[in-house]
Amino acid sequence: MRTWIEKQRNIIDFTLSSLARRKGKNVALLLVYSLLVFLLASVMFFTHALRKEASLVLQGAPEMVVQRMAAGRHELIPHRYLDAIRSIRGVSGVHGRLWGYYFDGVTSANYTLVVPEEAAPAPGHIAIGQGISRSRLATTGDMISFRRYDGTPDALIVQDVLSARSELVSSDLILISEQDFRKLFGMQDGLSTDIVLNVRNAKEVPTVAAKVQKLLPDTRPIMRSEILRTYDTIFDWRSGIIVVILSAAVLAFVIFAWDKASGLSAEERKEIGILKAIGWETSDVLLMKFWEGTVISLSSFLAGVLLAYVHVFFTPVVLFEPVLKGWSTLYPEFRLIPFIDPYQVATLFFLTVVPYTVATIVPSWRAATIDPDSVMRS
Amino acid sequence: MIELRDIRKVFHAGKSYALTAVDGVSLSLDARKVTVLRGPSGSGKTTLLSLVGCMARPSEGRIMLGDREITSLPERFLTEIRRTTFGFIFQQFNLVKGISALENVMLPAYPLGEPHAGLRKRARELMDLFGILPRESSRAEWLSGGEAQRTAIARALINDPPVIIADEPTAHLDTKLSREFMDIIARLKAAQKTVIIASHDPLVYESAVIDRVVTMRDGKLAAEQQ
Repeated sequence: MRTWIEKQRNIIDFTLSSLARRKGKNVALLLVYSLLVFLLASVMFFTHALRKEASLVLQGAPEMVVQRMAAGRHELIPHRYLDAIRSIRGVSGVHGRLWGYYFDGVTSANYTLVVPEEAAPAPGHIAIGQGISRSRLATTGDMISFRRYDGTPDALIVQDVLSARSELVSSDLILISEQDFRKLFGMQDGLSTDIVLNVRNAKEVPTVAAKVQKLLPDTRPIMRSEILRTYDTIFDWRSGIIVVILSAAVLAFVIFAWDKASGLSAEERKEIGILKAIGWETSDVLLMKFWEGTVISLSSFLAGVLLAYVHVFFTPVVLFEPVLKGWSTLYPEFRLIPFIDPYQVATLFFLTVVPYTVATIVPSWRAATIDPDSVMRS
Repeated sequence: MIELRDIRKVFHAGKSYALTAVDGVSLSLDARKVTVLRGPSGSGKTTLLSLVGCMARPSEGRIMLGDREITSLPERFLTEIRRTTFGFIFQQFNLVKGISALENVMLPAYPLGEPHAGLRKRARELMDLFGILPRESSRAEWLSGGEAQRTAIARALINDPPVIIADEPTAHLDTKLSREFMDIIARLKAAQKTVIIASHDPLVYESAVIDRVVTMRDGKLAAEQQ
């Protein structure tokens, strides 16, 4: 075992000296390779973390949302629908929600206004998200003006600024009392934006959805699983766009790396001949080439993945933010919680490290099987 | 002892441009003696050396290393024999460029898995023996002709082989360096090494250290002198 380790050590030693001989070329390769892994890993980490974050947020969401539809559009829902839904067996926690959007001409941004079910602000007060706080330069105790549905002005006092940790979902959020909400939008009592409910047995959710639709034909039940699927689709689509754009870069790299790894120069061939002539076996030469490929590809892979990790989870993801996060006047400023899918990392590993290492070994194998006496005759 | 029995080597066999480099050579090479294969360019000296050193296989005939017939051995075993039995000094020295002289000397021992520190020590001792230790960290391409050759000799000796094979070792050396090389051969002979040299340099085959000169011409043995 010790002999085996020493052999690997000696050969790695020689491999490193060999790589150092073509320093410029190998450093350039290492940089391009790392950059490529960095870009791909950034997209993967970012979309995965966003998706995970979204799914965590939605975990606390109600099992089902029921919206009333009129002419194919979302319409306010009367409270009598609540009783009809409560009559379905297995349904619990049925209540109406009040939420809507408000366009603020001052910042040219849309805010999301929500009346929370619990701990709603007192009438005349609101709690605002970090994005609004930044754009309106408002903090606790300040007053924010609104224009009601009929054009009359209204001013509400900021009671609280929502925690930065929830910024992904609360950047543009305003929590408001039911009274102020109805006044602002001119919404009558007895109407809600939509209805939410929970289902005791998760397997019954599709059945309950079918019953709601049968009982209230002008409604649209939306299941939590459907929302999750939509999120997945959106992020898959966005990351797909990036990957398509990057594919040109990937292709260019593949050609470059293939040329570098597979094309043995006359000098490299001669070296292989010398090594064989002085007593190296074909397998020793291949071992050296294996280490050469591994040193380059593994260090690039690790550097790229590490940089991508820092880029995605510890910096503002400047490269992909606008495309992957969506676009809005109120960009949420948030740090993603590091979620990494080992399967994705393994895929990236097999798509980058393995092909490069193979591309290094195959031509060397051809060269290493030549008779060592070619050195004598050269 | 190395024995060659009716050895024939044909390159590109079966093709219209086939070339017979060695044609029916039978020869016994004694252990612990210095033998020179002499002959003009193209006489088959180098090919015969590569056959003796297990670098190539003969097209016909047998080679015995002691009691062992080695012509039919698989590649792996031939490499093993090459590594443990022969040390090579090539005409062009064939040092690996870009790495230090010391690393070049250590290179043949790398696959054997000897601890690095011990190997390094041995390599430095050999370099010291040939007076090139001050140049240990110089890259191979920075060495002078004589230094490069002595590095190549140290490399040939790193695995302590019993047989040293040298192909036209003085072809790129001036008279002074050639004499120095022959002094080294005398030291190797004194150290009980078997030395086989291919050369057409009178400075080599007329040297007092040589035990036997075998003359070749057109791939065949032409004459012999003790």
